[in-house]
Amino acid sequence: MENILGRVLPEYIEGYGEVKPFSGAFNNLGIKSKKQVSVKCVAPSDVKLVESIKEALIKCEIKDGMTVSFHHHLRNGDYVLNMVMDEIAKMGIKDIRVAASSIFPVHAPLVEHIKNGVVTGIYANYMSGPVAEAVSRGLLKYPAIMHTHGGRARAIESGDLKIDIAFIAAPTCDEYGNINGVYGPSACGSLGYAIPDAMYAGRVVAITDNLVAYPACPIEISQEYVDYIVKVDSIGDPKGIVSGTTKITKDPVGLKIAKMATEVIEASGLLKDGFSFQTGAGGISLAVAKYVRDVMKKNGIKGSFAAGGITGYIVDMFEEGLFEALFDVQCFDLKAVESYRRNVAHQGMSASLYGNPHNKGAVVNRLDVMILGATEIDVNFNVNVTTGSDGVIMGGSGGHSDTAAGSKLAIVVTKLLKGRLPIVVDKVTTVTTPGETVDVIVTERGIAVNPRRQDLLEKLKETNLPIMTIEELKKLAENMVGTPEKIEFDDKVVAVVEYRDGTVIDVVRKVKE
Amino acid sequence: MKINNPAKAGSLESNDIFVMVFPNENGNEIELESIVIKQFGKRIREVIEETLKELNVENAKIIAKDRGALDYTIKARVETAIRRAM
Repeated sequence: MENILGRVLPEYIEGYGEVKPFSGAFNNLGIKSKKQVSVKCVAPSDVKLVESIKEALIKCEIKDGMTVSFHHHLRNGDYVLNMVMDEIAKMGIKDIRVAASSIFPVHAPLVEHIKNGVVTGIYANYMSGPVAEAVSRGLLKYPAIMHTHGGRARAIESGDLKIDIAFIAAPTCDEYGNINGVYGPSACGSLGYAIPDAMYAGRVVAITDNLVAYPACPIEISQEYVDYIVKVDSIGDPKGIVSGTTKITKDPVGLKIAKMATEVIEASGLLKDGFSFQTGAGGISLAVAKYVRDVMKKNGIKGSFAAGGITGYIVDMFEEGLFEALFDVQCFDLKAVESYRRNVAHQGMSASLYGNPHNKGAVVNRLDVMILGATEIDVNFNVNVTTGSDGVIMGGSGGHSDTAAGSKLAIVVTKLLKGRLPIVVDKVTTVTTPGETVDVIVTERGIAVNPRRQDLLEKLKETNLPIMTIEELKKLAENMVGTPEKIEFDDKVVAVVEYRDGTVIDVVRKVKE
Repeated sequence: MKINNPAKAGSLESNDIFVMVFPNENGNEIELESIVIKQFGKRIREVIEETLKELNVENAKIIAKDRGALDYTIKARVETAIRRAM
């Protein structure tokens, strides 16, 4: 069958089930139910601290076929996923589904577990490195299921994603399971992505390298959700956890794009008192923040909030008074961790509060402007951030689809070419984010507005910005690089890309060798 | 045009191509590595072959490491390497 975007999908996928085709970004709302959670009650005399990961696994009654979950605040410095999966493998357990909010190159040991049948399924919002390559080559028994950040929270709350045991990487924890991310050698700040796991998993195990006296205030995840606590030597490598200082691009082309994007924001009329804003930590996105900061200062604009993964740069804007508050699901650097610890209005948010479409309103719904990246964008404004142009998985939505859907103005900033590859194409390799939620694309050679946004097009026509159709942008790129040869795919589905509401927006097929 | 000695041109920077030329015996031989081999491998070979033909090079071994160069860059790097190898 085909979904509304014309993507060809199987009706049923082995290891996934029946496919509900994507039918529009806001077509699946209404009344939704949350799952019931079974709780193993803790008596006053019970002890939650256990000796080892193995003991915690035994107490949680780990067995073949279970789903275990992890969160990615320790990013490419994370030790927890590998430690737990090695222990599970040693115990001879098979057929485990790993629900990790993101998977990074540091998780390469998972590939062995995939090859020998310990791991047969993966749920992730983003994956890069050896595991993503292994999945793309079809090594995983069942197709990987790719969520958005908000969609993962939705799936956990609804019971679509049933987690048997959640492992929380806890930078600071007490012996009764109160957790925070702001102290300890592996401090990573907000623990937003772990919150749905803690609330809805069958069992919850905190793994910490900083066991402190009760209670571990300020509490981000509380004792009422945690079954067991394990103390280990280290949960992560600080060098991989934080990216140091996040840097604005120095590339003049990137800066030009950022400047043009800022002019688009100004022309939209949204940049006024009460402005709300989110950008990724990429070089061009961060440069947009720099130019927006200049305009806000010059015109004395006082914004409402900035959201997302928070960087030191956004903290600077907040501390200068350009925003009243920050919503933070994940701190990208030490400056953000420090601010999250110190500033009351630097507010933590769970993945559900951030982007879940099936709650009573997520923070993305309150965003004026979102700055997004793209690996490819097609002439209908559908964006791919899941696969490279060679068809191999190298990312995933993360918050891309959630923020595009929620924000009033979703701007894709990208160079027109990356290396020799054109970014604007007839048909993207994989659809991650539907075009109906993307408003404008800004490249160094021109800006294209989604025809759905005639209001915006009218405003931009009054500026000196190089406005053109997206077909014209595509032509510009093709004239420079020629037309790429088509990548050939097998029929085998290696990943299912779920939109934030749980419908299937696309599938990733195995690349022909 | 006769290739007398090994020579090179270009770099491994993004959007460039690094081209090495060596004397060869039976005809031209191209060894290509590219980050866009699946999408543009054929086209890159074509451009290298055309450039060799234009310069009347008949016995050269070319080793090219491409980082996403456009056609004119490929042509310029190959030509420079060949002239340095004469």
